[in-house]
Amino acid sequence: MLLRHTPTDITERKALTINPAKTCQPIGAMYAALGIHGCLPHSHGSQGCCAYHRSTLTRHYKEPIAAATSSFTEGASVFGGQANLLQAINNIFTVYNPEVIAVHTTCLSETIGDDLPQIKKKALAEGKIPKGKHVLSASTPSYVGSHVTGFSNMVKSMAMAAEPTGKKNGKVNIIPGWVEPADMEEIKRITKIIGVKTILFPDTSGVLNGPLSGEYKMFPEGGTTMAELKSTGDSIGTLALGEWCSADAARELDAKHKVPCSVLDMPFGLKATDRFIDALRTIGGVTIPEQILHERGQLVDMISDMHQYLYGKKVALVGDPDQLIAMTEFLVSMDMKPLHVVTGTPGKKFEKRIKELTKDMGCKVNVKAKGDMFLLHQWIKNEPVDLIIGNTYCKYIARDEDLPYVRWGFPILDRQGHQYFPTVGYKGGLRLLEKILGVLLDRKDRDDPESKFELVL
Amino acid sequence: MATNAKKKMVQWEPSDIKAELLRQYPPKVARKRAKQIMINEAQQNDTPALTANVRTIPGIITMRGCTYAGCKGVIMGPTRDIVNLVHGPIGCSFYAWLTRRNQTDAGPDGENYMNYCFSTDMQDSDIIFGGEKKLTAAIQEAYDLFHPKSIAIFATCPVGLIGDDIHTVAKNMKEKFGDCNVYAFSCEGYKGVSQSAGHHIANNQVFRHLVGLNDEIKPGKYKINLLGEYNIGGDGFEIDRIFKKCGITCISTFSGNSTYDQFASSHTADLNAVMCHRSINYVADMMETKYGIPWVKVNFIGAKATAKSLRKIAGYFGEKELIDRVEEVIAEEMPEVEAALAEITPRTEGKTAMMFVGGSRAHHYKELFDELKMKTISAGYEFGHQDDYEGRQVLPNIKVDADSRNIEEIEVEPDETRFKPRKSDKEMKALEKKGFKFKEYDGLAPDMDKGTLIIDDLNQYEAEKLVELMRPDIFCAGIKEKYSIQKLGVPMKQLHSYDSGGPYAGFKGAINFYKEIDQLVNSKVWSYMKAPWQENPQLSASYNWE
Repeated sequence: MLLRHTPTDITERKALTINPAKTCQPIGAMYAALGIHGCLPHSHGSQGCCAYHRSTLTRHYKEPIAAATSSFTEGASVFGGQANLLQAINNIFTVYNPEVIAVHTTCLSETIGDDLPQIKKKALAEGKIPKGKHVLSASTPSYVGSHVTGFSNMVKSMAMAAEPTGKKNGKVNIIPGWVEPADMEEIKRITKIIGVKTILFPDTSGVLNGPLSGEYKMFPEGGTTMAELKSTGDSIGTLALGEWCSADAARELDAKHKVPCSVLDMPFGLKATDRFIDALRTIGGVTIPEQILHERGQLVDMISDMHQYLYGKKVALVGDPDQLIAMTEFLVSMDMKPLHVVTGTPGKKFEKRIKELTKDMGCKVNVKAKGDMFLLHQWIKNEPVDLIIGNTYCKYIARDEDLPYVRWGFPILDRQGHQYFPTVGYKGGLRLLEKILGVLLDRKDRDDPESKFELVL
Repeated sequence: MATNAKKKMVQWEPSDIKAELLRQYPPKVARKRAKQIMINEAQQNDTPALTANVRTIPGIITMRGCTYAGCKGVIMGPTRDIVNLVHGPIGCSFYAWLTRRNQTDAGPDGENYMNYCFSTDMQDSDIIFGGEKKLTAAIQEAYDLFHPKSIAIFATCPVGLIGDDIHTVAKNMKEKFGDCNVYAFSCEGYKGVSQSAGHHIANNQVFRHLVGLNDEIKPGKYKINLLGEYNIGGDGFEIDRIFKKCGITCISTFSGNSTYDQFASSHTADLNAVMCHRSINYVADMMETKYGIPWVKVNFIGAKATAKSLRKIAGYFGEKELIDRVEEVIAEEMPEVEAALAEITPRTEGKTAMMFVGGSRAHHYKELFDELKMKTISAGYEFGHQDDYEGRQVLPNIKVDADSRNIEEIEVEPDETRFKPRKSDKEMKALEKKGFKFKEYDGLAPDMDKGTLIIDDLNQYEAEKLVELMRPDIFCAGIKEKYSIQKLGVPMKQLHSYDSGGPYAGFKGAINFYKEIDQLVNSKVWSYMKAPWQENPQLSASYNWE
């Protein structure tokens, strides 16, 4: 047993987190910043934060993650990090020549109270930001929220870069939330088929799923450009996918520049994708082409074909709120039973949403926001499941409890594919379903007695 | 910043390469970096020729991590029966959770907390009102849930800033429990200039709170400690196998697959064998002063280095039985190594390598590349000090700056009752006369060829330039560097966590390494960088079909 010390008895813990189902804000900000074209993320704090975030993102995406740090030592921690950041901005523009530097804080710079907008002003005044170049900044204290919050804060800072001209651009802003580069690419494919012009931000496709060609580009072709970000204030509307990841940015554009927004669920699974497509239809004033209906029909077809293997199967889930809400709905829509649902990210709304989505399931659901994977494991020990879905750290629980397991979410450190194959939209739904069926049927083939071992479905 | 993979200097002068590395920097940065890039002349002088262990320049994309990473991640991470509780926001604990590939064997007692991640998950209210209460409660909860022998507390950046007294909390909890040793590490990330400071802080506390707690004499005739070995990819398991075969008893490993009792009993060993000089030489010094245990530098990376180190240990004990047994083991193990080399070296001979890792690793792995007849054309350390480059003889010349002064040095006295010189002065002198060297390390530089580049604290920009200009056949560093190098069409081997490979230590490990390097430098994939139509000039004419 890998997690041999996990007891079945569940005791309340007030102070100790064991096996967290979240990490800290700055890594989310760093990931989001990579979705801006020509952007070098910058971590304002001691260099370990930046090293850890780059390592984790590198392991997840199997791509180079360039990001700089203010490299605080004790002096900066006492006297403030302004000098470090000013020096860093100058060095970064001189050595790496990015279009944008996206600075996020850490718990260190937050606690000593460094004021990023003020330092940015000083950098501008001192001529450290070359003409035509940009510095974005977000406050991302590690002791508030989670990596999801950090992502949201950096995306909000992108929305704050909007500079409306007063002339509408006829485009729809889409804020995809913390999804994979492949998912962002898929959203662009869908909107292109439907014929809605969009500004997608952030957009890590083309940045974090790049080719191997013998050339290293610190700033690949992909990413939302600063010109596009400035133009978001002229858009006809914003679709924010995911309350936790995207809503703040959308509301910023709504409040400041009167760009109306709708906050939708992330388009994972059938129903959430339906609502996304329908929202695109309404906001873009278009009719949905046959091709999209065709793709939808394929997903419905596969669900109906394989329903007998899905029906009533109990599932344990761990991940980020926006993803989990959509996944829970998808599983319920296929008559599966998400029994235990944990996110590390705080938010009472999460538990309420999961309860609503599972209310007709006919059994009690354990759900916790601000929970951890130790608790999830204890729940599974007390009430076993047929499947576990979550990030790489689930592999310890999956092995100990001998569970079929689908890797989904962040981080995935030990498998490939998530950068290349989407799980959003109907096509993504097909892939998710394929993965779920794959592990369930592999298990059946492993466990069936010889007399019951069958060739055909 | 696109770079052309095809550009390669046919005849490069090291001074040209150095100039090229510095060209893009603002003048101040260039001046500083110039002191950290040394064209090796295998020099003999005593004055340090290279600046090391100095602050990283803000904004320069560094390979380094922080003090917390060195303390919790590197030194205490591989200890299996200690609950390592991180006091801070969630991230620090999360990122050090199983990511170093320290392997462990839970052993007969079954205690293993390495797969768990413990944190106080500080919230903003803890930052405002102080986190001591939460820490106290978290220690209590960990104790109630697991009843471990020991709980270690790690401070993260905000803990130092708000002034939580983690040491008093630890002391109070230790007194309260009675049967659980609780102690703390002030390893805030901003201390020092790299991970190296964290190693020092960790080792000091291990020495202060764990070493010497168990006086029970363990069975075994030739008892040693192995210091600075972390069991990445199972290295420690292979070294253990060899020790057992030779009849050498390893009382403790600092700290791969280590247990609480190993640290507690370590003062009962008769020799300290130091692998990673950087991370732990001061512990060896302290154990010598306090308990009378001499130390020698060893290296189990490389088959020849392994044989040499085993002979060194046997030579120290000086008994024929052990010396003969070690020779037998070497004779048994080497044929397989030589067979592997005979098969592989024709494919690796003359190829070139670069290594930028850790604070001893680059030196150790050079042995393996030498065995493969590969040439190390540039190397350096991420967090090395001058003595790691140029040998311990420069120690008196190293100036202590403010950043080093922040890291505590423990003053050690001989233990009143337990100090016992393992060898008499006469015996030590006799050994030295025979050429045996105690507490000696010559560093990386003497082993590097003349004209090669030794670079401290390499960064992404320089790494990319080096690869572009010198086109090594393989580049070794860490995960952050892996894919930017590979995008250039050069295979990259992680030497911190070994990608998914290992062990590379000892005899069997050496064979693993030869095979993997062969696979990497001779993989067909590196020939696929360009599509066929990119390699050939476009045809401008076309057939005229009649």
